[in-house]
Amino acid sequence: MVLKSFQAGLLVFSLALAAGPIAPAFGGQEILNVSYDPTRELYKQYNALFAKHWKETGGNDIKINQSHGGSGKQARSVIDGLEADVVTLALEADIDAIAEKTKKIPADWKTLLPSNSAPYTSTIVFLVRKGNPKGIKDWNDLIKDDVQVITPNPKTSGGARWNFLAAWAWAKKTYGGDDAKVRDYITKLFQHVPVLDTGARGATQTFAERGLGDVLIAWENEAYLALDELGAGNFEIISPSISVKAEPPVALVKGNADAHGTTKVAQAYLEYLYSPEAQKLIAKNYYRPNDPSKADPADTARFAKIDLATIEDFGGWKKAQPEFFGDGGVFDQIYKPAK
Amino acid sequence: MSLGLALTMLTLIVLIPLAALALRAAALGPAGFYEVISDPRVFAALKVSFLTALAAAIANAIFGTLTAWVLVRYNFFGRRIFDALIDLPFAMPTAVAGIALVSVYSPKGLIGQWLAPLGIKIAYTPLGIIVALIAVGFPFVVRTVQPVLEEISRETEEISATLGANRFQTLFFVVLPPLIPAILTGFALALARGVGEYGSVIFIAGNLPFKSEIAPLLIVIKLEEFNYAGATAIAAIMLAVSFLMLFVINGIQSWSQKRFGHG
Repeated sequence: MVLKSFQAGLLVFSLALAAGPIAPAFGGQEILNVSYDPTRELYKQYNALFAKHWKETGGNDIKINQSHGGSGKQARSVIDGLEADVVTLALEADIDAIAEKTKKIPADWKTLLPSNSAPYTSTIVFLVRKGNPKGIKDWNDLIKDDVQVITPNPKTSGGARWNFLAAWAWAKKTYGGDDAKVRDYITKLFQHVPVLDTGARGATQTFAERGLGDVLIAWENEAYLALDELGAGNFEIISPSISVKAEPPVALVKGNADAHGTTKVAQAYLEYLYSPEAQKLIAKNYYRPNDPSKADPADTARFAKIDLATIEDFGGWKKAQPEFFGDGGVFDQIYKPAK
Repeated sequence: MSLGLALTMLTLIVLIPLAALALRAAALGPAGFYEVISDPRVFAALKVSFLTALAAAIANAIFGTLTAWVLVRYNFFGRRIFDALIDLPFAMPTAVAGIALVSVYSPKGLIGQWLAPLGIKIAYTPLGIIVALIAVGFPFVVRTVQPVLEEISRETEEISATLGANRFQTLFFVVLPPLIPAILTGFALALARGVGEYGSVIFIAGNLPFKSEIAPLLIVIKLEEFNYAGATAIAAIMLAVSFLMLFVINGIQSWSQKRFGHG
């Protein structure tokens, strides 16, 4: 017993030594989690949970710094030198870009944690005005004559890419895979979009605060958050018949963590996301937990059963990204010069 | 000494970053460069950016000069406060300006709700971009014209009147000519600012390709695709066109300075 606490003490001491030159002002260790926009609330709570857990299991004091922003922009910051120990982003393609350009993340990062390195998932739903005055139930209702749709620009917003793919998945099934008809639907859909905001939060504001549009296509967790913060009486959530399973992935930025001497704690930080306690917290924050059995049943009951397509149905992000959203891709083809 | 200092400053904050930009754009090669600029969507965005900036700068040249005139020649209650308010767009984060304008001019907004039934849409159209650019460019004209106007004495106008000129002649042949160099400077500044403006425009533009998508947004989009060379190619074109315009305006200015004096 005495020996054990001595060992733990030694560990703390040596870790403190390692962290010393990086964080002279703080006795313990610090790690930086670079994340995307809608995870602010989740990680604020998770960081406190993890810090407590880490200390209880023999770790030293840990301080987790957070950075939030658009997923692509955050990835660019890390590529340009932001010293993230872990990244928790909206899109696989963004982590791939960091791996490719900096080599600080191993190319096989997706296999290093369970469930494609996605400890939580989410999906795409509709937010409509109270009473659903336009009677919107599914994707085909979005191209009715008098309906205006709010969704951000897939070129600048990770969430908007999921919106696009969810619509595509529905059209593909509805039109039996007839490519021309699917494209026609998507083109019509975007003709009903009066504003292309650059980010998901911007689109939520356009819809909720400016009062524009009849339906907002949004992350499920953003939609619930909007209900919480902008008044549950004003909006309703509608779940379409088909949507996508969005898997926001997480990864250790090994190059940075090794240099900081934080690899061990950063790895533990990501692994603990899969623990029952964390899964419960995740469900509470309106993300779909990886393992629903650990979450509060009242929380998981909120998630409607939707037929979910996955990114694999589109051939994976490596194929889907350039095909749909790359320069000259499907999204670019929708918009033709106004003549 | 002071020349060296000026040159060092210019090199550090203008020339080196510009050279880096040119270098990155050059990585595309002439063929790649042509591919970027010949994209109809890039062309449309450049057109939107330059035309709205031009429209806004013209509006600012007219109303900014008028405002400067009122501030110099009239003494009214609250003039000093009004005068101080002019500079506010300089101090305000542009995103705040954009959000404020949208909340006023959107179809459900304070003013927008009265215009919508008349079929006039401002927010989320190119008209909205012009409104935003007028707001951010307004102080430039007022502040360049004001000091020159203060130098012209009221007597000059009175002399003109006693010599038999009517109000129209006094305005166009006596008052306006010495102001032209200053108005042009303000116009050029407002134009240059408008071409590159991103923060305020992005909220009010609607950002629809071929309609209300501005060139700086396309640059951001290229960056999102990790296409640094494509982004710098668009930036390089914008800079080249802007430089050309400023060069021409400077030429007109020095000509008018010689012709009318003042400046």
